[in-house]
Amino acid sequence: MAAPLSIVYFAWVRERVGVSEESLSPPDSVATVADLVTWLSNLDQRHAAAFKDRETVRCAVNHEFADTSTVLRPGDEVAFFPPVTGG
Amino acid sequence: MTTISVQTEDFDVAAEIGRLTNGRTDIGGLGCFIGVVREDTSHESPERAIRALTLEHYPSMTVRAIERITAEAERRWDLIGCTVIHRVGRMLPGENIVLVLTAAAHRQAALDATAFLIDWLKTKAPFWKREEFQNGEGVWVEAKDTDDAATARW
Repeated sequence: MAAPLSIVYFAWVRERVGVSEESLSPPDSVATVADLVTWLSNLDQRHAAAFKDRETVRCAVNHEFADTSTVLRPGDEVAFFPPVTGG
Repeated sequence: MTTISVQTEDFDVAAEIGRLTNGRTDIGGLGCFIGVVREDTSHESPERAIRALTLEHYPSMTVRAIERITAEAERRWDLIGCTVIHRVGRMLPGENIVLVLTAAAHRQAALDATAFLIDWLKTKAPFWKREEFQNGEGVWVEAKDTDDAATARW
């Protein structure tokens, strides 16, 4: 994937990564959300901490709730966050 | 009429009911749920009592997610209208967090749609609660299995 992804984080995922959003260009081998999580986890300690319990982290792609099998396209906005607790 | 708002300021329930009914005479029942910040004293030490609650959300997604939920309510029940107002930011115990109003010709649709809307809002809209304690510490609220069960019953 040559074109950058816009990646946004919320709640404790944001606190662990240390930024609320970043633009990253993962390698072509990153095709799905699961691939992206694996790649991010190996970037540095902060990302590793955010995705340490990766089963707990939820995601959205282009503002729709998504799952780890969702295929990513260049320019997508991918969000990672804990299970929602509104209402 | 469907009204959705995500806002920092409090809401006026009477004014929102007036806006929803808007002089119509075919409404037979209104459903209303108001979520309020509760001072949780279940923690063992008093300094862990909740001093405030902060609601974070995903601004570019939140309204769209709520629209999807209200559309589902309108598909399932014969509603004349509904209102969802969800506050974000920092709130103190006793303050309102969320308002759900429904209007229908008959009570069952209004009551059921109100319960449906708040159950789905808790599990299908991108909001996150952070509790702030008297001692200054804070913790992100964990999602509850009971909320998932409440969503699944619909």
